[in-house]
Amino acid sequence: MSGFGGFLLRRAVGTVITLLAVSVIVYVVFYATPGNVAQITCGPRCSPEQVHQVAERLRLDDPLSVRYWHFLQGLFVGQDFSTGTSVEHCAAPCLGESYQTGRQVLDIILGKLPVSLSLVVGAMVLWLLLGVGTGVLSAWRRGRISERALTAVTLAGTATPVFVIGLVLMIVVCGELQLLPFPQYVNFTDDPEQWAWNLLLPWLSLALIEAATFARLTRSAMLETLAEDHVRTFRAYGVGERAIVVRHALRGAFAPVIALNANNVGSAIGGAVLAETLFGLPGIGQELVHAVAVVDLPVVVGMVLVISFFVVLANAVADVLYAVADRRVVLA
Amino acid sequence: MSLVEVTDLTVEFGTLRAVDGLSFSLAEGGALALVGESGSGKSTVAGALLGLHHGTGARTGGSVRVAGTDVQAATERELRRLRGARAAMVFQDPLSSLDPYYAIGDQIAEVYRVHTRASRRAARARAVEVLDRVGIPDAARRARSRPHEFSGGMRQRALIAMALACAPDLLIADEPTTALDVTVQAQILDLLHTLRTETGMGLLLVTHDVGVAAESVEEVLVMRHGRAVEHGPVGTVLAAPRAAYTRELLDAVPRVDTRRTGSPATDEIVLEATGLRREFGRGKRAFAAVDDVSLTVRRGETVGVVGESGSGKTTLGRMLVGLLAPTAGTIRYAGAAHTGVNPAVQMVFQDPVSSLNPRRSVGESIADPLRARGEKDEERIRGRVTELLERVGLEGAHHDRYPHEFSGGQRQRIGIARALAADPRVLVCDEPVSALDVTTQAQVVELLGELQRELGLALVFIAHDLAVVRQVSDRLAVMHGGRVVEYGPADEVYDSPREEYTRRLLAAVPALDPELAARRRAARGEPAAA
Repeated sequence: MSGFGGFLLRRAVGTVITLLAVSVIVYVVFYATPGNVAQITCGPRCSPEQVHQVAERLRLDDPLSVRYWHFLQGLFVGQDFSTGTSVEHCAAPCLGESYQTGRQVLDIILGKLPVSLSLVVGAMVLWLLLGVGTGVLSAWRRGRISERALTAVTLAGTATPVFVIGLVLMIVVCGELQLLPFPQYVNFTDDPEQWAWNLLLPWLSLALIEAATFARLTRSAMLETLAEDHVRTFRAYGVGERAIVVRHALRGAFAPVIALNANNVGSAIGGAVLAETLFGLPGIGQELVHAVAVVDLPVVVGMVLVISFFVVLANAVADVLYAVADRRVVLA
Repeated sequence: MSLVEVTDLTVEFGTLRAVDGLSFSLAEGGALALVGESGSGKSTVAGALLGLHHGTGARTGGSVRVAGTDVQAATERELRRLRGARAAMVFQDPLSSLDPYYAIGDQIAEVYRVHTRASRRAARARAVEVLDRVGIPDAARRARSRPHEFSGGMRQRALIAMALACAPDLLIADEPTTALDVTVQAQILDLLHTLRTETGMGLLLVTHDVGVAAESVEEVLVMRHGRAVEHGPVGTVLAAPRAAYTRELLDAVPRVDTRRTGSPATDEIVLEATGLRREFGRGKRAFAAVDDVSLTVRRGETVGVVGESGSGKTTLGRMLVGLLAPTAGTIRYAGAAHTGVNPAVQMVFQDPVSSLNPRRSVGESIADPLRARGEKDEERIRGRVTELLERVGLEGAHHDRYPHEFSGGQRQRIGIARALAADPRVLVCDEPVSALDVTTQAQVVELLGELQRELGLALVFIAHDLAVVRQVSDRLAVMHGGRVVEYGPADEVYDSPREEYTRRLLAAVPALDPELAARRRAARGEPAAA
């Protein structure tokens, strides 16, 4: 695949440009918003002098363009921060320091990322299995009672908010039946078995919400393929219905499922706040909500960038999978 | 016992009776063509032979026996055993009839394995064998290609290979050459003929093209409205048709040896193209779709442009009306250099279905050129549109109807009315009748001729069908690989072509006479790859 290296290179350059554009937008949106950041950071009981000191330390009075330049510098060559008493070096790629805690933003994110990734990747596996499986079954059994029942169940899943599904599952599975522990995050590297055991319920709750969308998409893509001429060809050659559904129709559902999945995975990394909160998982979503609430701008900007990175990455992976699934697609 | 025995077959879709009491039989190794226009029920009959209407909601009556199987009474399992193994079907559109995601060899192997329980390996070997048999060069390697990597002719060959995989007794070919160029069509028909002689299988050919039938079968059955109009040996039916409809159908078929009658051509040059060139793509991928083409079009005359797919004829047409800017060369209208769209040069498009907006009434579509010219008076617009509709043989009352309410021929009339709305002096028609049945085709060609005489229009008539072009053209340009290879008075080009390519094109046109067809086939010899 000679074009493949070129594709990756173009995609990498594109990713960098996209992320820079996102950073500019986020910077303008958050930093240019009216509101006294110094006062909020310092706390309600600070005196005007203290507020002024905070503003100075955080360079809040510099023009926006200057501050963005510092941000870029930090990103590519690193940056030094004064904490008032000493100077702290933040190596590239430096996303800055938290106004609230003074911790480096990258460290904060790296601390939360495994939780979010564990949650989303596991849930993804489940929602693909549940969603695509249901879609295949309902395309195959189209028009029959079993198909309607499946559709009803998956629709109910989508229509129910995650905190309802999650709560009910927790009360029933963990409380009444005591089949699973109440979820509590365990590092994968510490104890893989406990990690999976604890995350099973969050995975299931997230997957139930998403599965219906995948089921309907799979079903409609398959029905569309089943109406196509080449399916008629194989019917006319005595190929059985099961082989047609599995070999020919399911293949047609690949592309849309891949595309939808890329979007869902990308956005769930920062967007699974409800699930994180409900199950007490200290992930990126929770941290982001907290950072927005206390106007901890460096953390907000850093997190948004990391989340965008995953969205772009997920879509690039989807493009490659597209081309593998359908040779007519040229990577360009 | 005969291979196919159809008795009193009826097929109904809802209230529509597509096939109405049809009976025929086909002996082992025989060849029969079902000939008819669209909607005559011929493809429905083909489907019924394999029981393809089972479970679709269609109601079928009568009896169908194919290769010893009672298709009407057979279970799904018995039908599957028939399909592909004893009777195999070759479909019309070879691109959409193959799964785009799988290698062609694998698709053939899949069918073979369904019927033989052969190993994967043996099935692949069989796929390569049949691909080689239908003339795919380097079959072992090409078996791994996907359908989009094949040309149209090769895809059709691959479909025929699939049909051959299980050595069926009956081959059902549903418009097997309709999507193909005329030279490729000749190769495919020759291939079908050779395969029949070699394997002794029977052939049931479904076609709208009488010429294709004359080339391929011994017997024809002419269908109309789901019924048999005439049935007999192909030579007799074509030479001395008994039914009035058969005569009408044969009269409408354009013949490549019929000269154009009467031409109001003048010496006044309205459109002049010099050294036209158009490239697509950039850098290494750039190629010239049209290369150094010069044409002059005089008032009242028709310039025919013929060529196979990819010859650049559509690109040329689009440049002539200003829809596409030439990379090099000039277009002069009435003596003055011209770029961009010119109301005096209008286009009639090929596909009357997709070239009209389905969400707007036809009156609105026809009024577009008027509004584009700045006409604001609604009453005048309506009056003019009504006049145009009547001019092309429709009714003023059709103004508020939508495209789907019209037949193909009527839609093409609407397309012509829209082109006329701008009071053009030149009409560029890109395959204006190729989507139409022969009888409708003849009517539309007639209409264009009338309009030309009345309005003194100059026509550029672009088509792949050499017979249709001959009917209408005063002068003819033959295009090949982006260039005009032969250009001259139409009769000269047709009667004594100078170029080898023109001769090959003309030789590939199906003859309406089975004996002549056989002689030509012998002259062409064993087919080469498409």
